[in-house]
Amino acid sequence: MFFESLVVSAVLFAVGVAGVLLRRNAIVMFMCIELMLNAVNLSFVAISRYVGIEGQLFVIFVMTVAAAEAAVGLAIIISIFRHYESVDVRNFRLLRW
Amino acid sequence: MDISQLVFYTFAGLAVASSVLMITRRNPVYSVMYLVLTLFSVAAIFVLLEAHFLAALQVVVYAGAILVLFLFVIMLLNLGHEFDPDIRGKFWWVVGFGLGLVLFAELFVLARSVPEAPESDLLARLLADQGAVGMVAEPLFENYVIAVEVTGVLLLVAMVGSVVIAKRKV
Repeated sequence: MFFESLVVSAVLFAVGVAGVLLRRNAIVMFMCIELMLNAVNLSFVAISRYVGIEGQLFVIFVMTVAAAEAAVGLAIIISIFRHYESVDVRNFRLLRW
Repeated sequence: MDISQLVFYTFAGLAVASSVLMITRRNPVYSVMYLVLTLFSVAAIFVLLEAHFLAALQVVVYAGAILVLFLFVIMLLNLGHEFDPDIRGKFWWVVGFGLGLVLFAELFVLARSVPEAPESDLLARLLADQGAVGMVAEPLFENYVIAVEVTGVLLLVAMVGSVVIAKRKV
């Protein structure tokens, strides 16, 4: 199950990347980032079985950072929505090239 | 094929299928629901990989707290109905899935180059000695206690920051 878990993790990460490229809704792009973080967690856990407990400890830190990132990101999305009445990334031109 | 492998393939298939459904549904509420399904399946895979505490944490923190936050924001902004179709056109489908495939190929080659799983399973002995929580908690609060404290500060900063950002200007 070791190699198979790494493959599942790779598939989930690739799907997350495809989702970020495919969607325009900022909230769904955020969810795809969470999916990518989770794929990395899965490979950490799979490797920790043979390398040591440290892999699982890093997963705890990744989860904490993901929670903080979700809170701050959603606050940014709310304040953008107040300004533009939309969460479509096409409307956010200010920081683009 | 024994039963645990069967369970593993079931949940792996469920995770991949629901993640693909997540990025292709037009309604963001459905996307959140499929993401919950994906995270639950990953939690089941964690159980099979003998990370019982992390599986519980995954269900409580990810599926319970973070996804509820997403759902809450979607409901707050009233995006559950009258949403604009936000999936990009044909060109971006090709780019997105092409890049995803390339990335998957790279990661697959990388995973193949990982040395074969050694015979001795380190965690099984730890799990029998200290239990599911103890084997995570003991190194976490002995070797990594500074990191835990710093993470607590990070959470505080994130909380204050999100309150300040989302606050209405007075």
